[in-house]
Amino acid sequence: MLLIDCPWCGRRDQLEFSCHGQAHISRPQYPDRLSDEQWGDYVFFRDNPKGVHYERWVHTHGCRRWFNAVRNTVTDEFLATYKPGDPVPAVEQ
Amino acid sequence: MRDMKYSIFSLIRNAFSYHQGWQQAWRSPDPKSFYEVIIVGGGGHGLATAYYLAKECHIRNIAVLEKGWLGGGNTGRNTTIVRSNYLWDASAALYDHAVNLWHSLSQELNYNVMFSPRGLLHLAHSVHDLQEIGRRGNSNFLNGIDAEYLSPEQVKKMVPFINLNCRYPVLGALLQRRGGTARHDAVAWGYARAADALGVDIIQNCEVTGFDIENATVKGVRTSRGDIRANKVGCVVAGHCSVLAEMAGFRLPIESFPLQALVSEPVKPIIDCVVMSNGVHAYISQSDKGELVIGASSDAYNSYSQRGSFNIIEDTVGAIVELYPLFSRMRMLRQWGGIVDVTVDRSPIISKTPIANLYFNCGWGTGGFKATPGSGHVFAHSIAGQDMHPIAAPFSIDRFSTGALVDEGAAAAVAH
Amino acid sequence: MSKSYLQHSRLAHGGRIDRDRRMRFSFDDEELYGYAGDTLASALLANGIHLVGRSFKYHRPRGIFSAGPEEPNALVQLEQGAYTEPNIKATQVELYDGLKAVSQNRWPNLRFDIASINSAVARFIPAGFYYKTFMWPASMWMTYERWIRKTAGLGKSPAQWDPDRYEHRNAHCEVLVVGAGPAGLAAAVVAARAGARVILADEQNEFGGKLLAENADIDGSPALQWAAEIERELKEIDSVILLPRTTVTGYYDYNYLVAAERVTDHLPPGTGGSVPRQRLWKIRAQQVVLATGAIERPLVFADNDRPGVMLAGAVRTYVNRYAVMPADAIVVFTNNDSAYLTALDAHSHGAAVSIVDIRPGPKGELIDRAEQANIMIYRGSAITSVGYAGRLRSVEVMRLNQTGDDVESSSTTTIECGVIATSGGWTPTVHLHSQARGKLRYDETIAAFVPSDDGVRINPHVSTGACNGKFDLERCLKEGYAAGYSSARACGLGGVSLPAPRVDTVMQGPIRVLWAIPCDHPIGRGGKKHFHELQNDATVGDIYLAAGEGFDAVEHLKRYTTTGMGTDQGKTSNLTALGVLSEIRAEPVQAIGTTTFRPPYTPLTFGAVVGQNRRDLFLQERKTAMHAWHDKNGAVYEDVGDWKRPRYFPRGNESMDTAVQRECRAVRDKIGILDASTLGKIDLKGKDCAWFLNMIYTNAWSELAVGRCRYGLMLNEHGMVFDDGVTTRIGEQHYHMTTTTGGAARVLTWLEEWLQTEWPDKEVYCTSVTEQWAVAAISGPRSRDLLSELTDVPLDAEHFPFMSMRQGKVAGVPARIFRISFTGELSYEINVPAQYGLYVWEQLLEYGRAYDICPYGTESMHVLRAEKGFIIVGQDTDGSVTPGDLGMDWIVSKKKADFIGRRSLFRSDTSKPGRKQLIGLLTEDPQVVLPEGAHIVAEVKETPPMPMLGHVTSSYMSPNVGRSIALGLLYDGRSKIGERVSLKLMDGRVVGATVADTIFYDSEGARARG
Repeated sequence: MLLIDCPWCGRRDQLEFSCHGQAHISRPQYPDRLSDEQWGDYVFFRDNPKGVHYERWVHTHGCRRWFNAVRNTVTDEFLATYKPGDPVPAVEQ
Repeated sequence: MRDMKYSIFSLIRNAFSYHQGWQQAWRSPDPKSFYEVIIVGGGGHGLATAYYLAKECHIRNIAVLEKGWLGGGNTGRNTTIVRSNYLWDASAALYDHAVNLWHSLSQELNYNVMFSPRGLLHLAHSVHDLQEIGRRGNSNFLNGIDAEYLSPEQVKKMVPFINLNCRYPVLGALLQRRGGTARHDAVAWGYARAADALGVDIIQNCEVTGFDIENATVKGVRTSRGDIRANKVGCVVAGHCSVLAEMAGFRLPIESFPLQALVSEPVKPIIDCVVMSNGVHAYISQSDKGELVIGASSDAYNSYSQRGSFNIIEDTVGAIVELYPLFSRMRMLRQWGGIVDVTVDRSPIISKTPIANLYFNCGWGTGGFKATPGSGHVFAHSIAGQDMHPIAAPFSIDRFSTGALVDEGAAAAVAH
Repeated sequence: MSKSYLQHSRLAHGGRIDRDRRMRFSFDDEELYGYAGDTLASALLANGIHLVGRSFKYHRPRGIFSAGPEEPNALVQLEQGAYTEPNIKATQVELYDGLKAVSQNRWPNLRFDIASINSAVARFIPAGFYYKTFMWPASMWMTYERWIRKTAGLGKSPAQWDPDRYEHRNAHCEVLVVGAGPAGLAAAVVAARAGARVILADEQNEFGGKLLAENADIDGSPALQWAAEIERELKEIDSVILLPRTTVTGYYDYNYLVAAERVTDHLPPGTGGSVPRQRLWKIRAQQVVLATGAIERPLVFADNDRPGVMLAGAVRTYVNRYAVMPADAIVVFTNNDSAYLTALDAHSHGAAVSIVDIRPGPKGELIDRAEQANIMIYRGSAITSVGYAGRLRSVEVMRLNQTGDDVESSSTTTIECGVIATSGGWTPTVHLHSQARGKLRYDETIAAFVPSDDGVRINPHVSTGACNGKFDLERCLKEGYAAGYSSARACGLGGVSLPAPRVDTVMQGPIRVLWAIPCDHPIGRGGKKHFHELQNDATVGDIYLAAGEGFDAVEHLKRYTTTGMGTDQGKTSNLTALGVLSEIRAEPVQAIGTTTFRPPYTPLTFGAVVGQNRRDLFLQERKTAMHAWHDKNGAVYEDVGDWKRPRYFPRGNESMDTAVQRECRAVRDKIGILDASTLGKIDLKGKDCAWFLNMIYTNAWSELAVGRCRYGLMLNEHGMVFDDGVTTRIGEQHYHMTTTTGGAARVLTWLEEWLQTEWPDKEVYCTSVTEQWAVAAISGPRSRDLLSELTDVPLDAEHFPFMSMRQGKVAGVPARIFRISFTGELSYEINVPAQYGLYVWEQLLEYGRAYDICPYGTESMHVLRAEKGFIIVGQDTDGSVTPGDLGMDWIVSKKKADFIGRRSLFRSDTSKPGRKQLIGLLTEDPQVVLPEGAHIVAEVKETPPMPMLGHVTSSYMSPNVGRSIALGLLYDGRSKIGERVSLKLMDGRVVGATVADTIFYDSEGARARG
């Protein structure tokens, strides 16, 4: 059971949160200019690293706010959490 | 090469030599420097692929590389359910191809994989569920897949202790009699033994660390036991497929999630069929040992740790006790986790890749075990031939660009 | 059946039992007596009962083997009827008055078990035999299997619902100490004195751990006195929670541990009163101290599975703690010094004791003491045969050769005895450490795995005492004190580092490792069996076989021989299997590795896992403000998401069909009323709402005037329809969005995610108001007449046109009235604050009586909307359907450059012609209602397979159209309107139908606008 440091609320049990996948994916500004492949890449393809992963969580049963997290997918350790728009923290691998 | 056939007679014969005459089920050769085809991943799907390549495609120089022990991934961690009553034509063709192979697999491999078509029920708990099984049952029927609707009373006959009037009352069920269970480990071992007998080199403790790629064409693999050249490489590594894809320089539309399961202590026979409920999310069957085998849902975050969260176990057991209140005093003996490779449309990817002669078979998510023979069979033919096997063709990675998804997830809410 | 009170194996004095409280119990219908403080196992032994069960595979007779959770043999079916439980370890059951236990896995009875035939043919059914046979003929497997299943399975599942209650409790602490033996007690008290919130859990009913079975001294006084003082001190500290009878079963990430407290299991069933039977503790600890002790493993010798073969430590426990002498004559069989303590204690209580030690020259204080007591020691010797006839009679002992791989049969001695107390060394209980992702190291000096680290960063913990490979009391205490101090420090607390109390330590000599004890017959070659795994009947021969066949990876070995897969999870057997395997592979045990330690440490009751979240508290029902009225008026409900929605309101004995026909006619002829409260409602505010709606919906929102409503479709980014609803502009920067009932939460999350992560600069605030508003939808030609009686809001079409909203009072209650229609009739959806919902509903019905108002449910709603060709997302769509597929191109803006999902509509497959499209279907026989899900086939054949062209999504008998109607999805359907198609049904029928437009009623839409 993970313990997650919501950047707004502090450390809370995993039960209060939901994970929404890879972070820092920007919606293309001009979708029409993309090929089917490029568009498909945006919609469906995701990083799935064994190791450090940048991902998006929401404090569903709390402040209902989204934030970003850096987590090691092997140890499941959260290396950092930060608000959307904050600079991406450097973490030890 | 092995020539010993398994049978009641060989058992008796060997009993007199105190079973010291049995040969190894498979050799443990050192890797050669070159293979016609290398299969990466020694799970059920990979071993089946190698077997059919050798058996039906007459390729003799094949290796299966496994980083750990055979069948140690999802092959040895699933809830052993076999069925083919999928909605879409493409899925139905793929999974029913597998079920047809399941029915004679023990004889084919001369290894008892204990496939038991004990019948598999999908419960409907709402009008929406009824519509879903209604559509799927009709579609199965017209695809030549056995399907029957059961009334709640008929469900009760099959599972007398079920609590029909639970939180979401049981309104009916879809029954596939040809569905059931098999002994998961035996599938890996049976394919390994049979492939080995056809000359396939099965190499355990051999981790692939990279690909040798020239001009966007794969030339071989790098492994913890040295570089190995190959004309063709097929990757069947489930939860780790993204890791291999990254080594080859591309991404997959896949995320790896933890999936958990649990068993109870063994008890005398009480439930004879497999019962699945998407409505309250509980799957149950009973193993030949007597354990209740219960599948949980996956955690919704990426992880390679083969462990999930306890709340998933709570939810699953909660659903089991709601549907089967008499199991409240039963006890959980063991829980475990696997890493499932999940695609957006909950259908697998059996496909060529941006790298020529490099093939991937992945994305089976939470439901790959049932497809093992079919998956291996069509993958073998796809690797051996020029074109993908027609059953595999709809599962190309291209569908994520064209939009031609095979969306079992959207149609049935979940696809186990 | 009556029985004397005599417990003839009970010692006259001593033990931690209460001889004043005699407990009557029964085992296999035999009436017996024990004392308070006994376990079922100790009470059985006190009565001289050794044979208690049959093994899993060979159905061999088995006896009590241990005194704890490692018990592989003594599994019983506890209690009868609703309270029954299978596979309960007799060694863990506290005896209570009236306890009933029966043996398992035997038929017809324990002494004579038909299936013990398996034992006779054991030679033909070695490990994995089932993979090699039962294959011919193929059709027979399930017949064989039925027999296999019958003989497997141990106890019986309960057949009745569980009458007991369970609960969960969340707890947080600085230091969780697992195990209240000397190390755990020490750690707990030091941490507590430093001010830490401490939870101390121990699986036994009393604290003290191994001290309970010993007679050690601490600081010159009996150790149990020390333990009692510590316990007393801990009890007085408010920040300490003491949990006896509590097993920490699972160690999950971020120091989240799950513990099962057996609150009333030690009482007769049904007498617990208001307290739950078991309580599951979910503990989040900053630091964890593991003091889980060690488990003894047996020596594995010929026919070592006979009743009467016991672990040496267990014998000592029975003697000292329970005052039971399991036999008058005992042979201790050991490879280490610890079992000498058993010999000495048994001897001092009058048993005839001999020691067989596989070490050729054991030396040290304990050996000296045994010699002083005139205990015969057979050095460098081994038990090679066990005499068993109904009970254990004797052993044969032979001298081992120097290397220990054979025996000298010329040296045979026979010793008469009733019990063999065996010790092959102690295995640290590293389960929790391992579950915490801790690593292990093989320690040659104790021939077992020990923790090699203090876990990963997310699971900070420390292993102390025996579970850390430190078996002597002195080091247990020392490590416990140190762990208490360091854990408190790690939590930022002070405290003082105290020296551990003084203990006189008896130095113990080295262990000699022989994983399998040779006998006068090659191991694994018939005759005698060496069971390393008792419950599943796995033998050393099986390991040889498995390894010989290539199953020499540790996980393969486990799975092939089923070692460690019993209800004891191999606590006494796994290490031996690894040891034997390491010899076969000629590799160190460290290189062999272990199988993964999985939770739970001991089996965990499902009821406890579920806790209070059952029956009424399992996925709670959501009910609308009007639910009480629905109940009173005979509503038949449908589950929609979490909601209970009235499906129809039968009158008298009406069937659903009849009721629905009546309700549907009433709406079109006069007026009906529907509880529409469950629709998702989201309040949107902010200056960028219109921009946002343009991105979220496929159609254009910029021009929507205040007070006007508009229907919208939402797509996911794949371009597929995923929700729909009407959104209304309440004010300049204020909108009211509705969603499907099931989609409410999903849509809100969807909106928020886009706003917060993609467009944080946009000013839109979303609030779920689903439960704030109760909604009564009145629909039908008389609805305006009815509403005008209850409101002052002008209702004429000019002032209150279709697709608009007005605010005012209805029945004196402030309301938002939406003039929108899902039936195609003149309709008003009256939203009032939820607390007035029931009142307004009743007022509408009261005033509606004059118009023959008819309450209707979701089923009629579905028929009425289908008559109009209105879709239901999730029924007429399935996540693979675009607006174009639905024939709803009109709702996809051609002007907007972008909205979510738009780009996907132009992908090659999504934009290709001839996709499945929504159409109407009219059966040739108007009385035939197509089953939903029925398929249109390209060609009717006698038998499947038949290529399919489409399927029926919605199908009803429509009273207003006067015939059956259906909607469906059909390849290139819109170009086929007017064509005849065939549907092949599962019952063999072929139904002909004509492809039609999707609107069956009032195609101009005049009625809603009137």
